[in-house]
Amino acid sequence: MNIIGLYNYWIVVLLMMIGFYIVIAHENLIKKLVGLTIFQTSVFFFYISMGKINGATPPILDEKWQLYSNPLPHVLILTAIVVGIATTALGLSLVVRIQEAYGSIEESEIQVQDTHDQLECQLEAYGPGPDFTILNKDLTK
Amino acid sequence: MSFLALTALAIVRLNDLFAVVMLSGIYSLLSASFFLSLDAVDVAFTEASVGAGISTLLFLASLKLVGRYEKKSRYKPALALGIVIVTGALLIYGTMDMPHFGSPDSPIHQHVAPRYINDSMAEIGVPNIVTSVLASYRGFDTLGETLVVFTAGIGVMSLLLISRETKDHSKKLVPADMQQQIILRVVAKMMIPLILMFALYVQFHGDYGPGGGFQAGVIFAAGVILYTMLFGLGRARQVFKRQVLELLTATGVLLYGGVGVVCMLMGGDFLDYSVLRHDAIHGQHLGILLVELGVGITVASVMILIFFKFTWRTVKHKYNP
Repeated sequence: MNIIGLYNYWIVVLLMMIGFYIVIAHENLIKKLVGLTIFQTSVFFFYISMGKINGATPPILDEKWQLYSNPLPHVLILTAIVVGIATTALGLSLVVRIQEAYGSIEESEIQVQDTHDQLECQLEAYGPGPDFTILNKDLTK
Repeated sequence: MSFLALTALAIVRLNDLFAVVMLSGIYSLLSASFFLSLDAVDVAFTEASVGAGISTLLFLASLKLVGRYEKKSRYKPALALGIVIVTGALLIYGTMDMPHFGSPDSPIHQHVAPRYINDSMAEIGVPNIVTSVLASYRGFDTLGETLVVFTAGIGVMSLLLISRETKDHSKKLVPADMQQQIILRVVAKMMIPLILMFALYVQFHGDYGPGGGFQAGVIFAAGVILYTMLFGLGRARQVFKRQVLELLTATGVLLYGGVGVVCMLMGGDFLDYSVLRHDAIHGQHLGILLVELGVGITVASVMILIFFKFTWRTVKHKYNP
């Protein structure tokens, strides 16, 4: 009984771990967004699991029933799903703009381009820095 | 539940983003049936229409813009896995103190829920408790969430602005990619009116059965999006003009807020619908109806607008690469 009683929560934790892993380990921005969605749904499952009562019915009042599941988590999650899709759409449109600006949605490639741009800006602003080639010659000896 | 975990694992392994998006659609459908089995009918409804419908579509539209395959390279996977496992282990340790699944005496059922279940029929007069909590008891919350949807719509609009030359293209009718699919077109012609009707039913029947503004808005948007995919953006935009849609997104939020202000003018608190009519219950009915209508209008027009913006980007890439 002990194990079955907590099974739902453990799956929730597992899903959360998977989503979290995708978000931090993958470089592709679309994949990251999918991971974020999984992370988000794991929280939804958590809330809905807590609202369930054994032997209860959906919270729509009727004379035949006495025991209802908790309606509050349902309300919270229902709105959260719609807000979630709206924010995901915002993220996707950001990804589309990044693709147009950088020609890539892999984070490492974007970073390489950023550092490159930064160096170019510095070169323009301050001119070429002090000449370090002499130092290098000393080191090679 | 275990199916969900398997699908999620497959999503981690795959490099083909198209397959990933399809799997996430399946994942949403599975989670909708999971919600259904846990008595959360309204939530299941929303998840099925949002997760399996609209979000898959949006992901596919942006995949068309950014390319299908993911590069193999990853950040130090071992380190990431380590962090994730430590977090997971801590959370599992935390669940040891959780009340068991389905037990009626856990703390969550002791707080405000009994009042909602026992008194909402007398106070609000709406059988669907989820609707009465959503629109009446927690009206502020829902107003805030509608505003978030509205703001996200504005954000997408400003990020994916349409340039002047694309607008010139829009003068010509851009044919849809699926224009030739005759079977799809015939079936869709029969389905679309039914989908729109169903959306309206869900909108106005939300007091008595599962449903309400959020679900109805998304279903309505899904019908319009189906039409757009099969008959071309040009035609869809003749019916749903951009200016009208933009106006509608604001109208929905204004309607919601306006109901609140009218309540204040009539001597009640903000969003206290009881004062709208002589009879408190009738007032609540009217208030919930109007507020849900506002939510529905905003959600539907924001979703349609977002889809249009994404489709315009694809059209733009096609004509000026």
